[in-house]
Amino acid sequence: MSPTVLTSAPPDQEPGPRRTPRATTPTGGERRERLAAQVQRRGALVVLVLVAVVASSVSATFPTWSNLSAILGNNAFVWLLALGMTFVIITGGIDLSVGSMYALGGVLAAYGAQTQGTWLAILLPLAVGAAWGAVHGLLVARAGMAPFIVTLAGLLGARGLLQLVTSEGATTYLVPAGSAFRSLGAGTWTPVLIVAVLFGLGAVLLTRTRFGADLTAIGGNENAARLMGLPVVRSKLLVYVLSATLAAAAGALGSARLGSGVTTIGIGYELTAIASVVIGGTLLTGGSGSVGGTVSGVLLLAVIHNLIDQYASQYGSAFTDTVNGGFLALVVLAQALLDRGRQEE
Amino acid sequence: MTALGFADIVRDRDRSLRLLQSYGVYAALVVLFAVSVALDTGFLSAGNIRIQLFQVAPTLLVALGMALVIGTEGIDLSVGAVIALSAAVIPLYLGWGLPVALLVALALGAVSGLAAGAMVAFTRVQPIVATLALMIGVRGLAELVNGSSAKPVTDSALLSLGADGFAGVPLMAWLAAVCVALTGVLVHRTTFGRQLVAVGDNRRAGRLAGLPVRRVLLTVYLLSGVLAALAGALIVGHGAEADPANQGLNMELDAITAVVVGGTPLTGGRVRVLGTVAGALFMQLISAVLTQHNVHTSVTQIVEAAIICFAVYASQERGTR
Repeated sequence: MSPTVLTSAPPDQEPGPRRTPRATTPTGGERRERLAAQVQRRGALVVLVLVAVVASSVSATFPTWSNLSAILGNNAFVWLLALGMTFVIITGGIDLSVGSMYALGGVLAAYGAQTQGTWLAILLPLAVGAAWGAVHGLLVARAGMAPFIVTLAGLLGARGLLQLVTSEGATTYLVPAGSAFRSLGAGTWTPVLIVAVLFGLGAVLLTRTRFGADLTAIGGNENAARLMGLPVVRSKLLVYVLSATLAAAAGALGSARLGSGVTTIGIGYELTAIASVVIGGTLLTGGSGSVGGTVSGVLLLAVIHNLIDQYASQYGSAFTDTVNGGFLALVVLAQALLDRGRQEE
Repeated sequence: MTALGFADIVRDRDRSLRLLQSYGVYAALVVLFAVSVALDTGFLSAGNIRIQLFQVAPTLLVALGMALVIGTEGIDLSVGAVIALSAAVIPLYLGWGLPVALLVALALGAVSGLAAGAMVAFTRVQPIVATLALMIGVRGLAELVNGSSAKPVTDSALLSLGADGFAGVPLMAWLAAVCVALTGVLVHRTTFGRQLVAVGDNRRAGRLAGLPVRRVLLTVYLLSGVLAALAGALIVGHGAEADPANQGLNMELDAITAVVVGGTPLTGGRVRVLGTVAGALFMQLISAVLTQHNVHTSVTQIVEAAIICFAVYASQERGTR
C-alpha cells in the first residue's frame, strides 16, 4: 500500500527469511529493513533490560534473591509450553491445546506416580502427549486442515480425556510424599535447571540442525520448501509432536512440584505461551523466530506480572490481564508496522 | 441433492463433500432431532424446548457476528471477553435505566469491535492475534470494572428480557430470530453483503477492484462486537447476575464451532446464515441429549471435538472452486 517504502523482495513473493545484506553500500530501504529486523529480534530483550533496571533502582524488594527466585521458580515449567509453541509458530502453525495438555500431563504423571512409581510417572505423560501431538500433526500436515481448528478440537478433546481419567474431577491423584519423582519439581533451581537445559537443546535444534532450518524454510514459504524437496509433512508433524510432548512433560514436572495432578489447571495457558512467543519476536506468520527471543518474551511477561503483584496487587489478576493484553496488542502493532517494508498481503 | 444416487456419491468424493458442506448440517440436525425424540418422549415438551431456546439464543447472536467475520477470512476471539465486559458494565449503569445500561454495553462492544477491525484493516496484524490481544485485555478490563466476583442483578425489565416469553417462545429467541433475519438480508440482499463475500474470497483482488475493503472489515468486526455485547446483556438477564470472570468463557469457541458446522468455510468467501442457525441448534442439541442421558461431560467434549474436526474436513475447499 505504501509505494514509497522500498522492499528487497519483489511484490509477488511470499514473505520469507530476511536476506543478508550485501557487501555493497546499503540503500536507505535496506538499512531501514535491517533496523526493523533488529528491533523485532531484540526488542523484547531491550524492554526486559530497561524494565529490570528501572524496577531494580526504584524498588527495594524487586532485586532481592527471594523475589528473583520466585520469578524464575514458580512458573518455570509453564515456560516449556512457550518453547514448543515457538517451533509450531515458526512453521506458520499454532497449538491451542497446550493448556489442556499441561493439565492432562500433570494428572497422568500423578496417576503414574501413585500406581507404579517414577518411571510410569514420566513415561505415561510423554507417551500420551506424543501420541496426541501426532494426531494434530497428521490432521494438519497430511489432511491439510487449519492448525487453529485442529488444536482447538485438541483442546476440547484433551480436557475431555482429563475429565474421563479423573471421573469428572472427582478423583485426585497424589504424588506419594517420599517419591523420587517429587525431587524433580522441588526447590527453585531444579525446575530452572531442567527448563534451561531444554531451552538450550531447543535453541540448538532450531539453529544448528537440518530439522530447524527446514522449519524456518517451511514457515517462510511452504510451497517453495515442498518444491525444493524438503520433508514438509514430516517436519510439520514433528513440531506438533514436540509441542504436545513438551506440554505434557511440563504438566508432569508441575505435578511433581505441586504433589498432585490438578485438574483445573492450565486454562488460558496457550494464550500466555503464544503471547510470550510473539513478544519474543517470532512472527505469527511463520518463517522467522528464535528460542532466545521466546526466553526474553517469557521473562518480560514474568517480570511485569511480578511488578504488578507488588505494586498493584489491589487490582489483582484482572489488572495483569489488561496490561498483558494491551502489551501484546502494542507488540503485534509494532511488528506489523516494522513489517511494512516487506509487501502488502 | 436427492437426484444423486449413492453410487455417484461414492464415486465423486469431492462433489459429495461439497453437498455435505452445503446441506449436511440440516440433515444431521433432522437426524439428531429424531433420535432425541425417540430416546426421550419428554424431549418435545414445551418446557424442554424453551430451555433449549434460552440456551441457544446468546450463542446464536455471537455466532451470527462470527459468521460475518469468518466470511471475510477473519476470526474474532474477543467475543467471549466482550460478553464479560457487557456483563460488567450493565449493573453499573442500571441505576440510570435499562436503555442507558444497554446503550453503554453495546457502545463498548462496538468500540472493542472497532479496535479489532482497525488492527485488521489498517495494519497487517492477523485477525487471530489482534483479537487474541483484545480477548486477554478486555476480559481483564471487565474484571477491573466490576470486580471478579458475581453480583446479583435485580432490574425487572432486564430479568424479564432474559426470562420471559411471547407466544410461548422466549423473548431472547425472538430477538435472535430478528437478528438472523437482519443478518440474512445484510448478507444476501445488499451490496455490503456482496462486498463482504468478495473481500473474503480474495482481498487483494477486492482491493484492486476498488472495493472498500477497510470499511467492510471495520463493519464486520463492529457488528461482531455489538452482537456479543447484546448476548452478554441477555446472559445477565437470564442468569440474574453479572459475573465478568466466568460469563462468556469459551463462547468464542462455541460460536466458531456453530459457524463452521453450519458450512461457512474458515477460508472466507461465503457466509451461511441459516447454516449458522442450524449449526448452533445442532451443537446445542448434541450437548443437551448427551447431558440428559447422563453421558459424562468428558465424553461430550470429545464428541464435540470430533464433530468440529469432521465439519472442517468436510468444509475444506478441494481443487476445484
